[in-house]
Order: sequence, then C-alpha cells, then structure tokens
Amino acid sequence: MTGSPRPVVELHGVSKTYGDVAALKSADLVIRRGELLAVVGPSGSGKSTMLNIMGTLDRPTAGTVRIDGYDIDRLSDRELSALRAGTIGFVFQQFHLAPGVPALDSVANGLLYSGRPRGERRRLAESALRRVGLGHRLGHEPHQLSGGEKQRVAIARAVLGDPPLLLADEPTGALDSRSGAVVIELLHDLQRAGTTVVVITHDRDIAGSLPREVRIKDGHIEHDSGIVDGLDSIDRRGGTPGALPLAPLPEEAVR
Amino acid sequence: MNATKELTHAAAPPRPKPARMGPADVVRVGGSGLRSRPMRVFLSALGIAIGIAAMVGVVGISSSSTADLSRRLAALGTNLLTVSPGQSFSGAAAHLPDASLQMISNIEGVESVSAVGRTDAKVYRNDHIPKEETGGLNVYAARTDLPKTAGAEITEGRWLNAANARYPAVVLGPKAAQQLGVFQAGPDTKVWLGGRWFTVIGILAPNELVPELDSAALVGWPAAERELDFDGYPTTVYTRSEESKVTDVQAVLGATANPENPSEANVSRPSDALAAKEATDSALSGLLLGLGAVALLVGGVGVANTMVISVLERRSEIGLRRALGATRGQIRTQFLCEALLLSALGGLGGVLLGIAVTGGYAAYQGWPSVVPVWAMAGGIGATLVIGGLAGFYPAVRAARLPPTEALSTT
Repeated sequence: MTGSPRPVVELHGVSKTYGDVAALKSADLVIRRGELLAVVGPSGSGKSTMLNIMGTLDRPTAGTVRIDGYDIDRLSDRELSALRAGTIGFVFQQFHLAPGVPALDSVANGLLYSGRPRGERRRLAESALRRVGLGHRLGHEPHQLSGGEKQRVAIARAVLGDPPLLLADEPTGALDSRSGAVVIELLHDLQRAGTTVVVITHDRDIAGSLPREVRIKDGHIEHDSGIVDGLDSIDRRGGTPGALPLAPLPEEAVR
Repeated sequence: MNATKELTHAAAPPRPKPARMGPADVVRVGGSGLRSRPMRVFLSALGIAIGIAAMVGVVGISSSSTADLSRRLAALGTNLLTVSPGQSFSGAAAHLPDASLQMISNIEGVESVSAVGRTDAKVYRNDHIPKEETGGLNVYAARTDLPKTAGAEITEGRWLNAANARYPAVVLGPKAAQQLGVFQAGPDTKVWLGGRWFTVIGILAPNELVPELDSAALVGWPAAERELDFDGYPTTVYTRSEESKVTDVQAVLGATANPENPSEANVSRPSDALAAKEATDSALSGLLLGLGAVALLVGGVGVANTMVISVLERRSEIGLRRALGATRGQIRTQFLCEALLLSALGGLGGVLLGIAVTGGYAAYQGWPSVVPVWAMAGGIGATLVIGGLAGFYPAVRAARLPPTEALSTT
C-alpha cells in the first residue's frame, strides 16, 4: 500500500443544466478508494443529478468527471457502458427487480454484460446472496420477499463483480427503519471489504451515521465533512467510526 | 495489489471495452421479456400463426391434391394415347382408314391397340320413351380388347367377347346405366337400343382417363354392323405404349393412323388433359395465398404493436440494463431478438397448424398429406422477416432511451 491511491471519483467544476435550470453548479468532489460517504440534500437539491453523473448515466454540461481514472468526456457511449459494467454498481430506491424472476437470476444478471460465462455468474450470484444473508432465498421471486430482502437482493446484484464503486440512490427510501438499518449495516460491511460506497439520501440521520457527509443544496455543495484522516491505514476489518460490527444477520431482524 | 494497479494506471489505462454477449445469453435475454407476459405473447404470436397456417395450409392442400393426382395417374397409366379422325378440310367428319389399327400396332413401342366406333343409334330405358329424350347417351361399337387398352373395368356382369359380340348384347358405362335405371346385368335386363331390345350383360366402373365411356352404351362390332347400320370406321383408337416411348409414338401416331391426311387426325394424351383440368384450381389457391399474406401482415403489425407497448412499459428495465453496463447495441439486440422470437414462435405454431389443417383435409378427401419443405421453410423465413421489420423500430427506440430518463420512471 504505497503511494496515494487513484481516487475513484473526481468531479472538477461540474455543472449540469436542463434548459434554463441549473441542477448542479460547479461542483468539486474527490472520493478516494475505500470511502463510505453520504451525499445528502432535500429533493431537488441536485443530488440525483450528481449520482447520474458519478454513475456515467449522464454527462455534465461543463467540468471534468473522472471515474476510476477515466475522463468520461473522452469515452464513447459504448465505452461508458463497459465502464459501468466493470466499475460501478447501482442500488436504487425502487429495487428494480423484474417480477417473476428468482433472486438468484436477478443477481446473476448483474454480470450479464461483463462477458463472464453463465455458470460463473450464477455461482458468484449465490455467494453474493449468501453474503447479504439471503442464502435461503435463492429461488424466491420478488413478490415473495420483504422490502428489506428485495433491497439486499439488489445490493447483491450491484456488488456481484466487486466493482470499486457502489452508488446507492436512497437505498432505504422505501424501507421501514428496521430494514433500513440492516441495509445500511450491509453497506458498512461492503466498505470494510474494500468497496467505495456512495449513499445518496435525504435522510440526515443516515447521512450523519456515515464517516463522511457531503451536503448539497440548490446544486451547490454546501458542506463536506472531509475525508476521514488516515483512511488508508485503517485495518479493513477494524471498522471506521460509525460502522457497525460485522456479524451474521439474525433472520428475525431482517424482516 | 494496490501498487500494481497504480502502475497500470500510470501507463495510461486501456479504454474500457464492452464484452460481447454469447448467442445463448442473447436468446435468453430476448426470451426473458416473453416469459413474463405469456398471454400477450400467445395472442400476438397467434396473429402470425394464423397467417402462416393459412399459407402453409393452402400450399399443403394444393400439393396434396397434386400428389393425389399423380398417384391416380400412376395407377391409371400415363401411356394411353387416343386418335380420332377429327374433321376434314371441308368440315365433314373424316374417317380413319380401315387399316389404321393394324398400322398403329406396327409402330415401335406400341403395346396394344383398340378402338370404338360411334353409331347413330340411341339407347332408351324402354320403347315408350320419346325419341328425343336420348339423355346424351351415345352408342358405340366396341372391340373386344377395349378394356385392356382403355383401362376399363367391369363392376357388374361381364365384357363383350367373340361370341356375344354378334348378338344384341350391350355393356353400359356407369352414367349410362344410372340414367337408364339399370343396376344389375343379366339376361332379364334389357334396354331399347336402335329400335330393338338389347340385353345388358355388364356395367363398367367409372373411368377417369376415358370419361367418354362413362356415358356410353357399348355393343359388339359385328352386332353394330348388322343391327345398327354402323359403317365400321373406328372413331377413336386407343393405344398403350411403353412408358419410355410414349412421346415417340405420340409424334408419329397421327401420320400412321391417317397417312393421307395426317393433319386431320386428333392425337391426345388423356393423362395430360386430366392434369391440365386439375391445374385450373390454381387461381383459387392464389387468392387464398393472398389472403394468408394479408393475415400475416396483420400479424406482423400486431407484433410491432406488442413490441412498442413492451418498450414503453419496460423503460425502467431498460434503464437498469444500461446501468448494469448494457450498450445501446445490446439493448437494440435484446428487443430485436425478442421480436424475432415472438414471431418465430408464431411461425412455428402456424406451420404446425398448417400441417394439421392439410393433414385433416387430405384425410377427409382421401389424399396423401403433403406439405412441401419449401413451404415450411418459407413460412418460418417469412415470419423472421416480419419479426425483424416489426421489431426494428421499437428496438431502436429502446436503445435511444437515455438511461437517466428510463430510470426516472417508476
């Protein structure tokens, strides 16, 4: 672990305007490898725009965006797709699980566009589901799962290929507080395992519980609690401030 | 591990390259959209299936009918040739010379020769029937070797022979027998023929190749000359040849039968005439085929409609797939593949349905059931073209959908 790692996300003077409306105004943000941070703001603050730009789903009107070292302005739509396939995992508020598809297949689809063979995808999917505590739900379809379980399936799908960057858009927005806590705990686990996790939320409590908090309002970054000092020297298993201990999830706490 | 990553980064990272999806994955992803909406898939595939079934059925039924015809012709024999004197230059009925039968039998390849001669006599049920009510029945003098050459079969009684051909005995064609109310041959069955009673000694089976015998009353050559003022000239000569020499015989038959006026003789091959008659049904087949094509087109519009709706409904799925790393091309391929699968499903169902319709109709008609491979392949091919056309626009629309817009719809 020598030298400073290349940041996963670098935004420099990034703006995004839709017609006359400026959703993001000259935002600067650097996210280093292994961080767990919240981008928090009320609805309409520009946090979703920021997520779309960090996720290369949208291009900025102005400014430079680097994801995992790639200047996305220089990449074609095809190359951005490949970047998403290998580098970025997404978790959405509405889970986006196809009805009628068993959890194992939903998760395995996370690597559909990575070029890995089907057998390997399914094997990885099974271990990913076990990792999120759903080893007993492999064949269940979305309507047989609780909200918290659905979101954990979605998380398993997002982290299947071990992407360096996980973007979670209001991951607890559709969940009760108990299920939400389980999901947040899971994100902590992932971070401890080395994934960079960005949580977009309007919930200040959740934001406050994470090691770094970036507050955004009216397209401006209002406040950044800053990079936690000595992040790279932290023992991955040792936990960061605010993180919950890594332990198998009790089944009754899940629902 | 981090250090090695840093090194590769320093040496300018390779541009990310989308992975190719294997064909099995392409088909599986294309099929996933169909599995979740089975009813809609069934109905839109049904539209295609009806069109294909109609076309395959029309082709199948007409092929089955042709197969039946060739089977019948094979049984009847295609080596029968007939010669009739036709008309002379002046328009009067010409005669075949007396020697013509002998000369025809001398042609190389001719296996048998026989003849009938038309008389002016008429036949009635009994002597009370007015003279005008002939019922379109004709009386012919027949040679005793006629059945073998013309392929005539006796269903009732027996045929003329050297003995009874001299006496007032008659063999009736099936239509003639029916019209005259004769159902049984025997010494007690008599018809009024040429002004005297003739005993019906036999009834013929229907003869497809020589239908003129069906409505004929056939009497022996000597009896006709003696009782009916028959002039003794044959009016139709029947000849069977070796299969391989039929065309050669046909070429010289007219000149041989009537060397003085070869152009007057009418030579024909009844099997050709029969085939030509059956071929006239092709206009109806063409019409039905056109209707099938229209049904197929409507089915294609149905598939296009289903796909457009599908793309609208599945915006969030498209967004998710883009987020998971699908390129525009992969989204386009997915929806195109889905449309192709949908119509191929319809095409396959249609071909099976068409085969079933053909089989059912052929069984009902007593035909052999034949569906040409080109019709089946063409049916599937047509559905793939239709599916490709129907799926193209929706697929392009799906691929153009910006991922953020697709994801924002819930």
